[in-house]
Amino acid sequence: MTPAPNEEAHPVGLTIRGASKVYPGTVALKNVDFDIRMGAVNVLVGENGAGKSTLMKVIAGVEPLTEGEITVAGRPVVFRTKDDAAANGIGIVFQELNLFPEMSVSENVFMAREPLRFGIDIDRESVEERTRLLMHRLEQDIDPNTTLGHLRIGQQQIVEIAKALAQDAKILILDEPTSALSATEVEVLFRIIDELKVQGVGIVYISHRLDELIRIGDYITVLRDGEITGSRPMQGVDIPWIVQAMIGGESKDFSQSLSHEFGAEVFRAEDITLPKLGGGFMVDHMSLSVRAGEILGLYGLMGAGRSEFLECIMAQHPEASGRFFVEGEEMREKHVAGRIARGIALVPEDRKRDGLVQIMSVRENITLSSLAQFTTIFHLSLRKEAARALEFIKRMTVKVASPDNPISSLSGGNQQKVVIGKALMTGPKLLLMDEPSRGIDIGAKAEIYHKMRTLAAEGIGILFVTSDLEEVLALSDRIIVMADGRISGEFDSGAKAADVIAAASPGKTRNPGNIMNKEAVS
Amino acid sequence: MTSTHESTGAKSGSGRNWLLLLLKARTFVALLLVLAFFSVMAPNFLSTANAILVSKHVAINAFLAIGMTFVIITGGIDLSVGSVVGLTSMVAGWLVLNGIDVGLGWSIQFNTLEIVLIVCLVGVFVGWINGILITRLNVAPFIATLGMLYVARGAALLFSGGRTFPNLNGNAEYGSDSFPLIGTGNFLGLPVMIWILIAVALGAAYIAGRTPLGRQIYATGGNERGAALSGVRVRRVKMFVYMFVGLMAAIVGLIIASQLRAAHPATGEFFELNAIAAAVLGGTSMSGGRGRIGGTIIGAFVIGILSDGLVMMGVSSFWQMVVKGLVIIAAVVIDQAQSRLQARVALAQEVAQSR
Repeated sequence: MTPAPNEEAHPVGLTIRGASKVYPGTVALKNVDFDIRMGAVNVLVGENGAGKSTLMKVIAGVEPLTEGEITVAGRPVVFRTKDDAAANGIGIVFQELNLFPEMSVSENVFMAREPLRFGIDIDRESVEERTRLLMHRLEQDIDPNTTLGHLRIGQQQIVEIAKALAQDAKILILDEPTSALSATEVEVLFRIIDELKVQGVGIVYISHRLDELIRIGDYITVLRDGEITGSRPMQGVDIPWIVQAMIGGESKDFSQSLSHEFGAEVFRAEDITLPKLGGGFMVDHMSLSVRAGEILGLYGLMGAGRSEFLECIMAQHPEASGRFFVEGEEMREKHVAGRIARGIALVPEDRKRDGLVQIMSVRENITLSSLAQFTTIFHLSLRKEAARALEFIKRMTVKVASPDNPISSLSGGNQQKVVIGKALMTGPKLLLMDEPSRGIDIGAKAEIYHKMRTLAAEGIGILFVTSDLEEVLALSDRIIVMADGRISGEFDSGAKAADVIAAASPGKTRNPGNIMNKEAVS
Repeated sequence: MTSTHESTGAKSGSGRNWLLLLLKARTFVALLLVLAFFSVMAPNFLSTANAILVSKHVAINAFLAIGMTFVIITGGIDLSVGSVVGLTSMVAGWLVLNGIDVGLGWSIQFNTLEIVLIVCLVGVFVGWINGILITRLNVAPFIATLGMLYVARGAALLFSGGRTFPNLNGNAEYGSDSFPLIGTGNFLGLPVMIWILIAVALGAAYIAGRTPLGRQIYATGGNERGAALSGVRVRRVKMFVYMFVGLMAAIVGLIIASQLRAAHPATGEFFELNAIAAAVLGGTSMSGGRGRIGGTIIGAFVIGILSDGLVMMGVSSFWQMVVKGLVIIAAVVIDQAQSRLQARVALAQEVAQSR
């Protein structure tokens, strides 16, 4: 464990007092107080939608505060843009890398801040020299002239850190830096973080991997629904404490379980394997089965291979191997259309990119997968189509003035209902849902949970993927936890939150129960 | 409850809705404007003879523009159509003049129907190659069809060593003497080629609006990934549109060879650009997902009437090009304004309903 942090040794570099951030319709931050201590790792943890990202965006100058004030080294400051924040020594590395794969490492590091010779052309030598120094500081043997795309993802992450340091960052925010890294790359990153600490850099570290936080953190702050629910030095903090602060005592109002018997097995996957670029597996010999009327929750961290597994079921990865069975018969269809015909339907994670055709109307979107139902030979009956679209719009309680309005004019929750409606219209036996409640408001969430319950009661098997612990615990009849592309735990509906989180930590897939015991002992 | 909200919403936004209607019908308004302008400014413009002449000019472009509209709706482009017109007219000319020489001292001769079928197959085949390049080998449509533009033109020139096939009158013995009728014949007072255009346009509009294939064409262009995940066979859809535009090019090649009773290898140069212009003028979005066959045909008429009218007014061809270009640019600018306004109106409707 980390040695006891000395409060004197870690002066407060940045403070936020009484911070509130209101978006139309939601309050993302409520009266938040947060300190960043220099020369230490300030860990920030919370569930999806708890307000971590909003808080970081405020600190990085991406979003302004509605109320509250920020002080840096005792001076009150107002960050209007990212540049204001950078001028005050704040650097941020977002979860999604913002790099240019076709350009060299040094060009990436100094992107849009290139030092110029006589204000005209780029001083290449200085760019290269300074990049070399940064890489030396980070103890990385990366040539500044390498094309960025040729680097491993972990090295790219380090380039992103170098980019922040090149702006003299005294405070470095790392948003889920390890989600895409291998175990050895994580070690390298942790060493770099230790060195930066010694150099007096204040680090804000956001992650879902609790054991990682406990290992690296000096101070911990927990957010829940936009409020701070715990803030203290890391000494004595253990996973149960974090979980308690993260999800609180009482559960939110999830739809009550409609009790019903499960039917026969409706879907089975056997030994599904999807190789990863550069070795290893995205999906590593996965097998599972779903029964009719059962809601199976697939929980795991980002990059655990959950979405990829669903994509394999939906024939998106021709290189994947393994076998699928629908109601006992093997599914050999190579096309999405064929698999839909076998009774599989997918509600994708990214509504905008994968779920909807933004330019089309609500009606055209909701019927897109089921056009054959209204077609005789080649003639499409618009009358039948409109009637069916209206039926599903009512059934899914989509709020829309007219089915012919463009889908883009709807709110996120209503768009999601259209995507689910589209999947249901195909008459599925198994409904795959990837993060079904992402990016929609609480009211719509409750409706969608209720809908899932109802569908299961009607005998449809549901396999849903989520990173929301509360959601998976409350909604699932059975929980399967994935880590590193493998099943790392299986629980019944009454599972303990801490057990599920523990199983989801990568690198521990062999023995899911172990780390809990270790924590308890130490 | 909805009825009351709709009525209040309609009142507040009625001015905007009017503007939207006007913008939606902008190609039609433009057509009326050019018609009115030239009937006043150009003598004899409104005569029946002139109307038929203009229609014949327009038809050539309209065929290609219809095919091009489908391609552009899927988010692609076909630059090779002009060259395919040249190639297919050379194939037609060769078949009428020489038949197929099998090298045994005798040759196979074809009647008109057979010639039409073979030439259409050649056009579809070129489209098939384009489709394979784009869907299987993942070549960008712009590059694949740019390459085909050169290949097809070169093939057309190779057919005759660059010379023209003259005197394509056909031969009564072989049953190909009806060949010139394709481009010059009349039926019920209208040229045959106009009848063909009407049939093709109705067929294309039917495909676009009333068949699953049409819906899938729009979905592919609107969001290829999303369409694929919804079970649309994106590759098949793309194969269809490139083969269809190839067929259109073959029809144009036949008509031109028949009209002129000669096949020249340079036939069809820049036809692809006119076709794209007509499609864009008719409201087809270059980013895919949006476009109408009716709009494209009106667009083709606007361009055709504009060039013929300017010729009749005695405006120099240099100025004609400038005017044509300005009209196309103006059309796209107005198109952008319309989409913005449309989005705002739809949003206002949703807000009015949720209130």
